[in-house]
Amino acid sequence: MTATGPKAFIPDEGIAPDEFEPNLVGRYKLDKVFAYASWAATIIGLVVLAFLLISTFADGLPRLGSSFLTSFPSRNAGRAGIASALAGTVWLLLITAAFAFPIGVGTGIYLQEFATDSWFAKMVEVNISNLAAVPSIIYGLLGLMVFVRILEPITGGRSVLAGGLTLALLILPVIIVATRETLKAIPDSLRIAGMALGSTRWQVVRDHVLPLALPGILTGTILGLSRAIGETAPLIVIGAQTFVPFLPTGLRSSFSALPIQIFNWTSRPQEAFHANAAAASIVLLVVLVSMNAVAIYLRNRFQQNR
Amino acid sequence: MHSNSAAAVGTSNAFHVEKGNYYYGSVLAVRDVFLEIPEKKITAFIGPSGCGKSTVLRCFNRLNDLIPSARVEGKITYRGVDIYDKSVDATELRRRIGMVFQKPNPFPKSIYENVAYGARINGYKGDMDVLVERALRGSALWDEVKDKLKDSGLSISGGQQQRLCIARAIAIEPEVLLMDEPCSALDPISTLRVEELMQELKKHYTIIIVTHNMQQASRVSDMTAFYNAQATDKGGKMGYLVEYAPTQTIFNNPSQVATQDYVSGRFG
Repeated sequence: MTATGPKAFIPDEGIAPDEFEPNLVGRYKLDKVFAYASWAATIIGLVVLAFLLISTFADGLPRLGSSFLTSFPSRNAGRAGIASALAGTVWLLLITAAFAFPIGVGTGIYLQEFATDSWFAKMVEVNISNLAAVPSIIYGLLGLMVFVRILEPITGGRSVLAGGLTLALLILPVIIVATRETLKAIPDSLRIAGMALGSTRWQVVRDHVLPLALPGILTGTILGLSRAIGETAPLIVIGAQTFVPFLPTGLRSSFSALPIQIFNWTSRPQEAFHANAAAASIVLLVVLVSMNAVAIYLRNRFQQNR
Repeated sequence: MHSNSAAAVGTSNAFHVEKGNYYYGSVLAVRDVFLEIPEKKITAFIGPSGCGKSTVLRCFNRLNDLIPSARVEGKITYRGVDIYDKSVDATELRRRIGMVFQKPNPFPKSIYENVAYGARINGYKGDMDVLVERALRGSALWDEVKDKLKDSGLSISGGQQQRLCIARAIAIEPEVLLMDEPCSALDPISTLRVEELMQELKKHYTIIIVTHNMQQASRVSDMTAFYNAQATDKGGKMGYLVEYAPTQTIFNNPSQVATQDYVSGRFG
């Protein structure tokens, strides 16, 4: 209430209207410029994507038939197919999910629900964020060392099991982070309500938190898995085969995968193999899009339930 | 500073709090709490925001244990047993000392499951239908929901949800009911219903209620504790107990000036 303050508000001495300069014309002009600029940014991305899709479909669609899906690789581009690569990808997917899901979700639950605020949890948290940023080829080198060399008696060396374990390692950070974020979004009032009734921590997690969080956790897992099946570099490092004339027969079987097959075909000089690569890309795209569709479906159901 | 409360209302004590100091980390949140909470009466905690009413309330069922930095000094006994003693199991304590929260927080399950849950995890072996009906009748909700027990607990109105939370709390036969501003999210009619319900419940349970509504405290409670907050050097607030006495005394003839100022609406 000091009268000496420079910004003392004195209602009687209002500011004269002519001290404002709205400049509406100039502001609207700037508005339009930004609208067009952001539109252009959107279009550039879309055009590149559309071009990629159109050229892939133009090259690959004629090659796509049931025999392409059921044939094994061949020196003759016209008779070559992706049977072993597709089967390898499915095997990898299942192995990766079987290891990454329980370990990742378990870690997420531990960090978010049990180990809050301890220095151990903080250390793990920092390391997980760092791991998520490690290039996938480094995971390949790790997989080569640990799963292919050291654990050879168990994995059988350059096997589909070693590949799946490497990919599981690769997407663990994704699943852990997704799990934690989902658990964070569950209101604390639910946990407190459970505890106040005499529940243990695990009862609260099992009965109230997990049922609500499951769709979100599954969404994160599926997105992680769809990253895994597109990965090429770590599989090359651990030694996925490009010419596998048989389907995987077991966990210790050698294997191929769709990205490996595509990589191999694009590096051949003959045009016909390039068409094969485009066709295999379409198959990979279809697999990816359908996995993402499942993730979106789960997320929508999650939001409705809340 | 505090009168001999048990003698004043003529009953035995449920809780006895001595020299209570409550910390979050190194920050002293509430200091110098002395209380004697009588059995089967309603005790109200009133005071301005940040005075530590809820902090003290959450010590009675050790819910503050869930906050890693929370720390308790002094002694709190329940029926003569030190509840912070190592031999006391917090999970078991919380079954005996139920709690209702500020915001209705039913589980996202059916009305029936909301009530049955506590009994189920505590190994109830009797007839669940009977228990659920009994608890819902006890919270005066039965007639409104008996035909839709399978509906979600979140599908009913806010006032009904709060009574569902009360039903959930009394379903496991607690001895004490802690209520943390149970009516602050409710409209006046729902508030009235909960207040009537409290009068009914105090025949069986010791009730401690935190409220910002002084009319509510004077209407429903037998004993009233007035807490105040003082600013600390670090810019935070520290709460302390100003006066604890029968509600009549607090509202008509308090011994402290601060209490007089607060209940007459001169501050806070």
